[in-house]
Amino acid sequence: MTEIAPGAALPELKVTPDKYLTVRYAGASGDFNPIHIDEEFAQSVGLPGRILHGLWMMAQVARAIGAAGDGPAALRSLSIQFRGMGFPEQELAVSATVKDVADGVATVEAEAFQDGRRIIRKGQAKLQVG
Amino acid sequence: MPDAVGKTYPSVAYAVGREKVREFASAVGEEAPVHHDPDAAREAGYADVVAPPMFAVVYSSRALASALFDPDVGIDFARMVHGGQEFVWGPPVVAGDEIATEVEVKEVAERGGLAFFVFESRSTNQDGETVCTGTWTNIVR
Repeated sequence: MTEIAPGAALPELKVTPDKYLTVRYAGASGDFNPIHIDEEFAQSVGLPGRILHGLWMMAQVARAIGAAGDGPAALRSLSIQFRGMGFPEQELAVSATVKDVADGVATVEAEAFQDGRRIIRKGQAKLQVG
Repeated sequence: MPDAVGKTYPSVAYAVGREKVREFASAVGEEAPVHHDPDAAREAGYADVVAPPMFAVVYSSRALASALFDPDVGIDFARMVHGGQEFVWGPPVVAGDEIATEVEVKEVAERGGLAFFVFESRSTNQDGETVCTGTWTNIVR
């Protein structure tokens, strides 16, 4: 069990989305924007290639933080800012730190990086911990 | 368009299905049995498999699309990026729930040569409880 105390780092989450992850997430979420699933289309609008869905990346932040909470409904809130594009087949790393704990609710801050680039910043969550 | 601020859209209903919860949980890597196995969910005190928090995207997206594609709002999609997102969750959503989502245009503003479009979604379950409030910030370059 992770210690939930001010200053404690939650276990880092590392995940490498495979080549077809964006296709599965498109189906699961209903977001079929071709910039996520069509390499040629993505390049035609000036992107290096297909990019990850921002909300899939946010879901990794939610997972990293939620895992430290008390049950499947422990995550009470999460806000983030998107700072950069994420790409399939590159490792995404989410780091999160406990800022404060009061009345069984932890305030957690988080960021996500891919290949040294910060792609999610100012992640802030409230997590039920007891 | 600033005069779109305050505009609301008709509530959109979403029926939460067990297989959709499993499919979504798998796509985002939520592997806890409570999201996949109805027996495990019941043992943990839930009526059926529990949707991961970010499943809010699934039940609120159709309602949000009405606002995003509204000509009164006037978003230029070729130049739009998702700037930020906030969700505040209430009671957990489980398979079998009926979720209704309403969306409001909260803010349209220009800052530093960028146009900010902020939408708020509010999703309630069949018992009238607010299960999620979402704040969606889109930026048009």
